[in-house]
Amino acid sequence: MSLVARYLENSGIPTVVVGSALDIIEHVGVPRYLHTDFPLGNPLGTPYDREMQRQHVDMALDLLDKASQANAVSRSPFSWQGDAGWRDDYSRVTDANRAALAAAGEARRAKQRAMKKTNPKQQIPMP
Amino acid sequence: MTTPYDVPYMERTRLYYEAQGYTTPYQWAHHDDTPFTQLSKSLPQSRVGLVTTAMPDTEQGRAERKLYSTPSRPVPDSMFTLGLSWHDTVTHTRDVGSFLPIEALLTIESEGGIGSLASQYQSVPTAYSQRQTIEEDAPAIVDLMNKDEVDVAILVPL
Repeated sequence: MSLVARYLENSGIPTVVVGSALDIIEHVGVPRYLHTDFPLGNPLGTPYDREMQRQHVDMALDLLDKASQANAVSRSPFSWQGDAGWRDDYSRVTDANRAALAAAGEARRAKQRAMKKTNPKQQIPMP
Repeated sequence: MTTPYDVPYMERTRLYYEAQGYTTPYQWAHHDDTPFTQLSKSLPQSRVGLVTTAMPDTEQGRAERKLYSTPSRPVPDSMFTLGLSWHDTVTHTRDVGSFLPIEALLTIESEGGIGSLASQYQSVPTAYSQRQTIEEDAPAIVDLMNKDEVDVAILVPL
């Protein structure tokens, strides 16, 4: 998505990215970024919390309007109110899931080999 | 109480794929310079485009992950996110408003905060191939937005 933002910007369309993966966005580099510290999947905030979601859209528009140079980053003051351990949980590799992950990887490669024969353009998803 | 920290997604992703037997780590693009374009109109005069990484919840959208352009109205009540990278052990994507701000932007449009929401929004796949994104998907989105007379864009990856 960051590459799309850069391309649009280069094409004369100002952009703002709203997301929750700060390290990835900053590594690639985007013109304007509103960081919301939420689990991936709800970058605009808590599900069904329309007031919070609206405030995030307002913050994004404000950044779009006011930023004067590239790599402008704002952080939302809101935080995830669910399980406090969510940061530790994401894609964590532990002794408990190591064997299952290895098996899943092998199964995925087998599926991709089969898929390549029928649909060579199929993409491998990445965040 | 856990002290909040910024989740190191690149590192987590590398270790996660390594555990699955992928030994060549994914290389995110990295640039020293970032482009920047000033707004040419005020927001109340601007037409706002929208890009998501969620796919349309249609037969085709569920079957094939690719670029889609979909009417912004009516507001979709579901999007297809299965198989995309999001935190499915702690949250869900059943509320479209938590990742695709169509309803919020229509409200802001009715209040005069933006000129208008573009007639179409775009779904872009999070492709492994940067070439695919830069040479195919991104130019197609620019064409679609230019045809829709979009002035500024909000991009919301899951």
